[in-house]
Amino acid sequence: MSGIFVAGEHLQGEVTETTFELLAIARGLAATSGWQVTAGLVGAGVSGMAAGLGGADRILTVDDPGWEIFNPEGQSAVFASLVAESGATVVLVPYTSTGMDISSYLAESLGIPLVSFCTSVRTEGGLTATCRLHAGKIEADVAVDGDRAIFAILSGSASADGGRSGGAAVVEEIPNPIDPGSLRTKALGLALPEGGDVDITSEEVLVVVGRGIESADNIGEAQALADAMGGSVAASRPIIDQGWLPKSRQVGKSGLTVKPRIYLSLGVSGAPEHLEGMKDAETIIAINSDPQAPIFSVAHYGWVGDLFDLLPELVDRLAGD
Amino acid sequence: MSNADNERVGRGMNIVVLLRPVPDPVEELELNGDGSDLDRDYLGYVLNEFDDHALEEALLVKEETGGTVTVLGLGTADEMDQVLHTALAKGADSAVKLGDDLGHLSVSAQTELFVAALSDRTYDLVVTGVQAADDLDGQVAVRVAARLGLPQVSVVVGVAAGDGTVRVTKEFWGGITAQYDIDTPAVLGIQAARQAPRYVAVSLIRQAQQSGGLTEEDRDAPEDSSGVRIISVRIPDAGGGAEMIPGDESSAADRIVEIIRGAGVGS
Repeated sequence: MSGIFVAGEHLQGEVTETTFELLAIARGLAATSGWQVTAGLVGAGVSGMAAGLGGADRILTVDDPGWEIFNPEGQSAVFASLVAESGATVVLVPYTSTGMDISSYLAESLGIPLVSFCTSVRTEGGLTATCRLHAGKIEADVAVDGDRAIFAILSGSASADGGRSGGAAVVEEIPNPIDPGSLRTKALGLALPEGGDVDITSEEVLVVVGRGIESADNIGEAQALADAMGGSVAASRPIIDQGWLPKSRQVGKSGLTVKPRIYLSLGVSGAPEHLEGMKDAETIIAINSDPQAPIFSVAHYGWVGDLFDLLPELVDRLAGD
Repeated sequence: MSNADNERVGRGMNIVVLLRPVPDPVEELELNGDGSDLDRDYLGYVLNEFDDHALEEALLVKEETGGTVTVLGLGTADEMDQVLHTALAKGADSAVKLGDDLGHLSVSAQTELFVAALSDRTYDLVVTGVQAADDLDGQVAVRVAARLGLPQVSVVVGVAAGDGTVRVTKEFWGGITAQYDIDTPAVLGIQAARQAPRYVAVSLIRQAQQSGGLTEEDRDAPEDSSGVRIISVRIPDAGGGAEMIPGDESSAADRIVEIIRGAGVGS
């Protein structure tokens, strides 16, 4: 028996775009293999969301108030039983915060190979995938031993629209196999980000700093450029983790998705997690000293050189207006 | 519950931190002759940045509620001795290098080494970085927890000791987080410590080198059980559709200002 399983993901009552991207990849695999696509959704009130998973042939839901907040220990185990129920041999899991907890657990509990950082998957002639390693600087083609595997897929690897239809979308509710009260992990509550700072998602101009800005002291120069253009400063994850700018300024997977008219990056290498949050900006201008920086793959304009030489030149020209 | 509350009920924990070297992310990567792997002969290695955050969070918890911090480092790169001495200088109580000159290991093989080393020890909490840039076959924290039958949370951005529990904050996206209480022993994959990893004076690292606090455990590289084989690697064509601006900073600045004004901004 063969088949494809997609681990569905939702937050605050909405199925995530990444889930539909995975369903799009699953539909592509189904078209060549003839296999059935099963999607799983676990949570509180997920039965209402299930019908929207139009790219699946069969949708298994586990709907329990105990799963109101994602529980890594419990929901990973629920997904293991849903994969077994589906009979699937190819399991697609999003490479996201919830998917990280699920995918490696499935690999260990099912005893099958796992490939992370995938951008595409193929089933003909054995299971293979293409992966982006080393923050997107290296692309690898990999093969797995055997005919069963889990693939953790990077967000943005397919068009979400391809996963909204094309399946029979038959919904089945499965009794919750795990008692949330019996777990060693207790979810206490969700917290939303604190407001009060600049909302970078509504800014028309962003100057975005990355590792190349080198120190907190240099952010003032980027701020001067942002001021000259009437915009704001944002950053990639390493800058936020260093505490140089607040979390509210983070662009990317664990931060915010931005679509400004001008996105000008200074020393941002462009890891897949970052590109996910900015690739739809109207005009992307990337400055980096490394000609191989993946940011140039999504940029409209690029300059290779020392950002500290360029910054004062830009501020001079723009601040004079 | 605030940190102050946690300090009141918190109990000192024995924390083990798992450390892995990764190719230096700021270095240019080159491929080997047949395009099957990186050219590892000339690569510089550094501590995985997420592991550095895991160490920082462990040290913060120890400072708040007492206990011990033990670091276990994979002997897969020469740079690991320096990494472990640095951890001692920062405040780790003991440091152990697992094996020597083991070469590149899959996450599955790393997991086997760490599980073997952990089975000889007692601990309340195991922490490591949520991921590394070359984690082709999954995450160490999740795999180690599954092998040991322990609860696990990944993408953690804050830890506080309780009494027989830890309270952790997990990040989803867009700044949305959830809090959990987890019974110990437990395993955590750390995304970011509550503060940036601390710096430590070179003189203290030198002291740590001379203190003899670093021990080495003789361990062989486990057989790779990942079931994942790299067929070929390549450096993606970064240029893509970008118009690369030629010239020095002055002519580049002229062109960039033209592009910005063309978009109706800054004029």
